[in-house]
Amino acid sequence: MGSIKDKVAIVGMGCCKFGENWDKSAQDMAVDACYEAFDDAGVEPKDIQAAWQGLLHSGETGSMLARWLKLDYVPITRVENYCCGGLDAFRNACYGVASGRYDIVLASGTEKLMDHYGGFGKVVPSPYDISGVEFDLPPVNAFAHFATRYMSKYDLSYERFKRVLAKVEVKNHHNGMLNPKAHLHREITEEDVINAPMISWPLGLYDCCGLSDGAAAAIVTTPEIAKTLRSDYVLVKAATIVNGAGQAFLAGDNSLMSPGESEVNFPETVHAAQAAYVEAGIKNPRKEITHAELHDCFSSTELLTYEDLGFSPYGHAIEDVEAGRFTLEGEQPINSDGGLKSFGHPLSASGLRMLYELYKQLQGKAGPRQIKNPKLGLAHNLGGLSSYFNVGIVILGGRD
Amino acid sequence: MSGIVSFGAYVPLWRLDRAAITSRLKGEKAVCNFDEDSITMAAAAAIDCLKGVDRGGVDGLFFASTTSPYKEKQAAGIVAAAADLRHNILTADFANSLKAGTAALKLALDSAKAGSAKQTMVAATDRRQGPPMSAFDQSCGDGAAALLVGNSDVIASLEASYSVSDEIMDVWRADGDTFLRTVHPRFTEVEGYQRVIMEAISGLMKENNLVPEDFAKIALYAPSARRATDVARSLGFDAKTQLQDGFFNIMGNTGAPYALMLFIAALEEAKPGDLILLASYGDGSDAFAFRVTDQIKRMRENSSRRGMKKHLETKRMIPDYKTYWLWRGLLNPGLEPYITHHFDQVAPTILWRDRNQILRLHAVKCKACGTVQYPAQRVCSKCHAKDQFEEVRLADKKGTILTFSMDYVDSEIDTPVVVPVVNFDGGGQMVCYMTDRVTEEVKAGMEVEMSFRKIFYRENMGLHNYFWKAVPIRA
Repeated sequence: MGSIKDKVAIVGMGCCKFGENWDKSAQDMAVDACYEAFDDAGVEPKDIQAAWQGLLHSGETGSMLARWLKLDYVPITRVENYCCGGLDAFRNACYGVASGRYDIVLASGTEKLMDHYGGFGKVVPSPYDISGVEFDLPPVNAFAHFATRYMSKYDLSYERFKRVLAKVEVKNHHNGMLNPKAHLHREITEEDVINAPMISWPLGLYDCCGLSDGAAAAIVTTPEIAKTLRSDYVLVKAATIVNGAGQAFLAGDNSLMSPGESEVNFPETVHAAQAAYVEAGIKNPRKEITHAELHDCFSSTELLTYEDLGFSPYGHAIEDVEAGRFTLEGEQPINSDGGLKSFGHPLSASGLRMLYELYKQLQGKAGPRQIKNPKLGLAHNLGGLSSYFNVGIVILGGRD
Repeated sequence: MSGIVSFGAYVPLWRLDRAAITSRLKGEKAVCNFDEDSITMAAAAAIDCLKGVDRGGVDGLFFASTTSPYKEKQAAGIVAAAADLRHNILTADFANSLKAGTAALKLALDSAKAGSAKQTMVAATDRRQGPPMSAFDQSCGDGAAALLVGNSDVIASLEASYSVSDEIMDVWRADGDTFLRTVHPRFTEVEGYQRVIMEAISGLMKENNLVPEDFAKIALYAPSARRATDVARSLGFDAKTQLQDGFFNIMGNTGAPYALMLFIAALEEAKPGDLILLASYGDGSDAFAFRVTDQIKRMRENSSRRGMKKHLETKRMIPDYKTYWLWRGLLNPGLEPYITHHFDQVAPTILWRDRNQILRLHAVKCKACGTVQYPAQRVCSKCHAKDQFEEVRLADKKGTILTFSMDYVDSEIDTPVVVPVVNFDGGGQMVCYMTDRVTEEVKAGMEVEMSFRKIFYRENMGLHNYFWKAVPIRA
């Protein structure tokens, strides 16, 4: 299998203010994000030779993006892959460049959830043509399954587990406070998280990310062209997607369904990470990944993902959190922009919003959130239904 | 000097032959199309009233009706938006009485006199419903009237007014009732209508030393043609020369706007100096005496105004009584006109965000290249300039059908669904529904105008969804 490592560069990114953007349409947000990316890259819309648009709820066909941006007769593909829509649009854009077919392309992710009563965020729709008898599990329940399983597997008390989840969310809220583009701007305390109303046990209000509207975009090109546009371009080290096929329902692979037989939390994340680390040539992610944006749809998801990505040994993420490893000042800052917790999760926009933060950190332009010596940043999305999750991972690095 | 600055009216295109209800009946009544209601008719009358008028000078809009589609939610705000009035105006609904229209008129006149509003639009409208084949079903027609009330440049100045409040259970509809209720017609018409309207008119004349001969015309609400004649005669008027025709056999009793529509018809024929009596009825009566001024000529110079006359002159017949009930939404309650829309989830957030392009039918015009575009864009479709647009109103532009389709599958009510692509005079193109058309007459190159209509009522949301449709130019 080949690799796109160092064959593709990001030369511009944009991200609109996320939130309940009642006064902005999907078009407004996409235009704001894409034009920020054009300006950042120093390119014109007419320079875009192809585009990939992540979109679930806010329109079908690639023509939505053509209509918003008035791109003249260029190929645009709509990418839909639940929560990974943004990273998958980016991955396809990278392949478009790596193949040699295009020089400069656009990856865009847009989602307008608040026009649809929260849309996906409330229920994970089964296929649209349904009998109405399928179990349509609200995400908070699906992820509560994993949280509860984790507690029982490691024989953790609710109190200790909840205190650790609280530390994750206090961190994410704090980081979001430093980010004007985040939806929520509010410092919280561990007691706030622990005492918040229960949503689906053991996950309370502050354990859950919000619903919001948003858009983000990236301009992708070859390293050769990138050099002519800016000195601080960012290189793509790996881009992967994996889709679960129900393997986790089989005994032996997933701790959720086969207690005690495996340490894995989300096997889809493990497989995606392995592929990405091979592509990027990473041997020790705990040491080599300097910062990451993880899919913190729920506090427990972030916690469990530390282990599946190899940032923490299995069963020891709790101690790493307690030691402050993942804070802005810690050894491996996670969700430095505030994460889904502060941004909300407008599905297809989230992945590119994560890349926006990795990119700014690598350029040293993250302002009050700037971390020390960023070298390799990882973005991770996880979406869909238990054991049929799709996971996207993208790894970015600064130029040598 | 407060008075009437401008007038406009709306009578639906469609007429029901009363013989379709019962074979012994004569005449016709005006009936809404399936996509019309009291709000759309009020908007049409208000827009008719604004012809030749600077809409920026309108300080308020009063909606008056017994049949507002909403129990809680203002109709005046929707009508004001459809008429593209300013944002900083006073809007209010006057409801629950057949004299809601004249009550609104009285308060608009008082506002003008007090100087608190230079110009207020009164839009009275009704789409009342009697039980099938009942006397109400036979007599009630649909329509709307709009009067712009102001304190300068009036075409008719208020000389006097007189009001009576009266309590009687004669005609009513309780919360939740679909149909009008009444008791014995001779009781309601004699002890209700006749007694009370005569009390108001007599009071007006006595208080102001007026005699019947002073009036050129009297415009009276009446439940039937016969009762209007009786009232006129009893008060000493010459019913033949002084009583304004009630259009009973071509339009019917339109309810809250009825007296105002007859007043407008009288104004259309009036000469400067004429004194006109206007009197309503419903839980009391409001009577007014207006003196016509020289400015009345201004109304005739604007040939685009349809008023009562042109609206009554143009009509189409409803095929049968069954279709009438289908259009009333009572033959198959909850049936939406368009299957395609039935699967859409309506987002009130979008109705709000796009309110200028939905309710006001504003397009955008690129300041860089001048191209008019609908719906609104962020990036110009032609020159790609970003965020350099100004809004322009398409609602009052005529257009030409570039091409069209006729869908025989999408609707059980509006078959075939005619969907033209309309090119507007002055630029701009949109795809929309076409209503009030005769299928055989729809052609490419045909001239159309825009009409504010209800696309559908979404039963599980209680939401009336309004937008613009193309219609053939109505004379």
